[in-house]
Amino acid sequence: MNYTLARNATAAAVVVCGTLALLAAIVAVAGYAPGPALEALWRGSFGSWYSFTSATLVRATPLIIVGIATTLAFRAGVFNIGGEGQLLVGASLAAFVVLGVPAGAWSVPLGLGAGAIGGAVWAAIPAVMRHRFGVLEVITTLMLNAVAIQLVGWLVHGPLQEPTHVYPQSATIASPAQLPIIASGTRMHAGVALALLLAAGAWWFATQTAAGFRWRAVGANPHAAAVTGRIDVARTVFIVFVASGALAGLAGAVEVQGVALALYESLSPGYGYTAIAVALLARLDPRAVVPSALLFAALEAGAGAMQRDAGVPSVLVKIVEAALILVVLAFDARQRRRLAVAVVA
Amino acid sequence: MMEALTLFLEATARTAVPLAFAALGECVAERGGVINLGVEGAIIGGAFGSLIGASWFGLAGGVIAAAVCGGIIGALFAVFVVRLRANQIIAGTAMTLLALGLTGTLYRASYGTTGAALDIPTLPVISIPVLSDIPIVGRAAFAQPITTYLLVVLVALTAWWLHRTHAGLALRACGEAPIAARAAGVRVQRLRAGALVYAGVTAGLGGGVLVLAQTGTFAEGMSAGRGFVAIAIVVLGRWSPVGTVLAACLFGAASALQVFFQASGANAPYQLFLALPYLLTLLALAGFAGRTRSPAALGLALDD
Amino acid sequence: MRDTAPAIVLRGITKRFGAVAALAGADVVVERGTVHALLGENGAGKTTLMRIAFGLVAPDEGTIERNGRALRLRTPLDAIAAGIGMVHQHFSLVPAMTVAENIALGGRGAFSTRDAVERVRRASVAAGLDVDPTALAADLSVSMQQRVEILKAFAHGATLLILDEPTAVLPPRDARALLSQLRDFARAGGAVVLITHKLREALSAADDVTVLRRGATVFHARVTDATEDRLVEALVGARAAPVQSTHGTPRGAPVLRAEGVGVEIDGVVRLTEASVSAHSGEIVGIASVEGNGERELLRVLVGTQPIARGSVERPARVAFIPEDRHRDALVDEFSLTENLALGDAARRRGRMAWRSLGAEAQRVMSAFDVRASAPSVLAATLSGGNQQRFVIGRALRDEPQAIVAENPSRGLDVRATAFVHDALRAARNRGSAVVVYSSDIDELVELCDRVIVCFAGRVREVPATAAAIGQALVGAAS
Repeated sequence: MNYTLARNATAAAVVVCGTLALLAAIVAVAGYAPGPALEALWRGSFGSWYSFTSATLVRATPLIIVGIATTLAFRAGVFNIGGEGQLLVGASLAAFVVLGVPAGAWSVPLGLGAGAIGGAVWAAIPAVMRHRFGVLEVITTLMLNAVAIQLVGWLVHGPLQEPTHVYPQSATIASPAQLPIIASGTRMHAGVALALLLAAGAWWFATQTAAGFRWRAVGANPHAAAVTGRIDVARTVFIVFVASGALAGLAGAVEVQGVALALYESLSPGYGYTAIAVALLARLDPRAVVPSALLFAALEAGAGAMQRDAGVPSVLVKIVEAALILVVLAFDARQRRRLAVAVVA
Repeated sequence: MMEALTLFLEATARTAVPLAFAALGECVAERGGVINLGVEGAIIGGAFGSLIGASWFGLAGGVIAAAVCGGIIGALFAVFVVRLRANQIIAGTAMTLLALGLTGTLYRASYGTTGAALDIPTLPVISIPVLSDIPIVGRAAFAQPITTYLLVVLVALTAWWLHRTHAGLALRACGEAPIAARAAGVRVQRLRAGALVYAGVTAGLGGGVLVLAQTGTFAEGMSAGRGFVAIAIVVLGRWSPVGTVLAACLFGAASALQVFFQASGANAPYQLFLALPYLLTLLALAGFAGRTRSPAALGLALDD
Repeated sequence: MRDTAPAIVLRGITKRFGAVAALAGADVVVERGTVHALLGENGAGKTTLMRIAFGLVAPDEGTIERNGRALRLRTPLDAIAAGIGMVHQHFSLVPAMTVAENIALGGRGAFSTRDAVERVRRASVAAGLDVDPTALAADLSVSMQQRVEILKAFAHGATLLILDEPTAVLPPRDARALLSQLRDFARAGGAVVLITHKLREALSAADDVTVLRRGATVFHARVTDATEDRLVEALVGARAAPVQSTHGTPRGAPVLRAEGVGVEIDGVVRLTEASVSAHSGEIVGIASVEGNGERELLRVLVGTQPIARGSVERPARVAFIPEDRHRDALVDEFSLTENLALGDAARRRGRMAWRSLGAEAQRVMSAFDVRASAPSVLAATLSGGNQQRFVIGRALRDEPQAIVAENPSRGLDVRATAFVHDALRAARNRGSAVVVYSSDIDELVELCDRVIVCFAGRVREVPATAAAIGQALVGAAS
């Protein structure tokens, strides 16, 4: 986290230009005209106030929040790839609570709190399994993602199904439980502001507080953290895991209360997985999670417009996303080799 | 009742075979110490490859193309995690994204934006005389497309290779203690790369089965999370090729049961059946089903 | 192949790691039928040289000849094919595999457990090394693991065996048996390179001896032509012989005290009835052959090892200087400021005062001669000596009442070692209680006011002389 602003800005510019160039190239190779495709992409993502707020920012919100969850976890050496499941369970619990409790002024924080608790509980399972049985969290969180999808499926076909029992979704949540729209005429809800606050808070926490320092130390070298820092590594890992789950669960609640306004199966188009890419592109820096999430959200928002207006398949942006990740990985590998030389010296 | 049971077993096999293909290779990769989240990508790559191969060169071409496409994705993954020592989880996720994007784009670019269904003939069912007439299990086990028999052969070969050759022993050592393996003269990086290509090939074949032996067509994202199921299967199968097949059958049975319940209109939470295999896997990992231990170096790059 | 050609010749070997020259023109000639001792202090380049001979490290310059023929080693596989076997200091067995599987590792073609077990059984009889082929490597004792390593080398057809400090981990009786087995192997036409820093061992077990200092060969002779004095001179160069250090301040009150401490880890007793005290103003040395409870004792004193019995009195501030710098003391990708803050990370609350921590890091850097451009540079970019000076400086900066140091000069050159010793003495003179564990007896004699020996989980104070420590280390009654 010791990059200078100028270097960050340069890096961001290089990433954005590179992404656009790559996208144009792939569009051309696939046999479409790059000009109209990029234009549509722009229109759908940043081209208008409406598309920026209602498409890009709204999509970026869960990516920012889960991206932070992933960043904090990975930094602490917790490979929580269960963001998707934790988000879904958080969304479910939030929906369950706000639908079950009479709506009032407290409904919004109640739902958000329930979401965080749901995500935390879902993350506590792999955390306990890592602590007690030494099971790799990569495997367990992956399993729990699958279980969470079935859980949502069961809820919206069963106990939480809307009163007419026709559609596989819950009833619409009452307006007091909905996150307020913060820009009239758009779909931009208060969750967007919450996500930005969380990103700033996460950065402050990781770099400026003693607890955040301990999290980073545990991730960077658990042996030194235990021996030199006298940190209780197992306990720290558990806390990080649960906190990361709580954030992802909160993102689920924000989706339910800000965008979806009900629980249904396709609530998340893989936000939990995309957030891993977001965190990686941000080099696990909470501040950089915001532009990184915006980039991914803009790509996905623009992709829809690209398909609609220019006939370019939206799935094409997945190639770009993958290429972005791979470039970062290759870049990291080069840096690591340099560092390795320095270590030996 | 007998007929229903036969249908149930057939449905089980239909779900289990592609999963078992993918899990078989994943099992080898994980025994070598690499967790491959790109298996989903290799499945979809194989599925698309088989479509192209079959429409150009016939069914045999389809099977080969599935294997080759899966293998290429496995090889690319190997470049990142073995050669560049990239984080396996992130590189695997990227592989899956890449393959989903590429196949979706190429499919739409080659077959039109509507994604009009196109049909290719499916692999014929080969009934083994006498055996396929056994009541209840006969049809499910012995009246199958050639790919199912190929799976049986591959499982046997893989199990033999893993446990009865020095190369297999060396690969298992790579998954347990790569530094020790290297000191004993094992070419850790090369073996791991080989295992990953093999994992890609079998996952590709799994995707090929979906197209060539089952649906006769391709659909975007038709891998539908099977790669992640395969990773669960490997755990439940306790990292052994034969166990992997049994676990795949369990997943297949759960999915067949779910379809039955849904079709019968019974008011049972069928999602429970779909979640059950994962829950079993978690229980197994927690030690409720004897000792289930992952390879000690799983997920770690070889640092030197 | 000529019969008289040496088993291996390494000539003019140089190897640099970044800016540091690990080897600068090292030559070794190992004749067939001999045990060859390769002597040198910590960091002299012995292990690097032998890793080159085994194909694990590529030399920058120099040639290798095996039985009179030029040899190019790209990987350990090439070395194994050339009949070279190496037993590493830290054993490299696969814990989850059996002895037979471990020995079969690296082979080709079909593998059968039964054949592998049978082969190991035969090989162990032939070599006179008794092992159970079906035992899991994870369950083996240290000396048993070493036997397996040696059998592994034999199974791969090794006629030249390189052993890195093989006796360091063995109880004395096993060490003697091992050395005599190695001599037998050499008499039967093999060749052995024994990497060691123990003079006596070299003089008693070897036929030839080569001494490395700072990466270069400085002495080479038949053992019969070498005397202890000449070897010492070659080993340490112009360094003065160790002198007993003098008390800077009178010994004060006990600061750190363990009474009747017992430690068990996974049901194995590691420490029994251990009573140790360190007073203000003294340096207490701990001597031990690795694995005799010294590790646990140090951690009991520091407070990171739970105890089963007994009691420990500890002051508020106990600084710990762990042996493995990279693993336990530093976070490579943290800046020096962050590494300074790591020192008592568990006790910090609220916000991190980065500004004052940075200033503090700067102070440590100038007080302890840590050469780095700023406190914001990553720890990974410092040289080993600078890293260790920083680690020591961090431990000593707030004048802790007690300091526990574990092999604090491991891997450091003479100058850096002297710096570490001076720093510890200065802390003692300020009134700290200092406990130092070292695997080097000379270092203990030179540095410590009192010496305690750990043997088989029990502790005992001995006179601070090399002879007394040496005897107690091997469990001899005084």
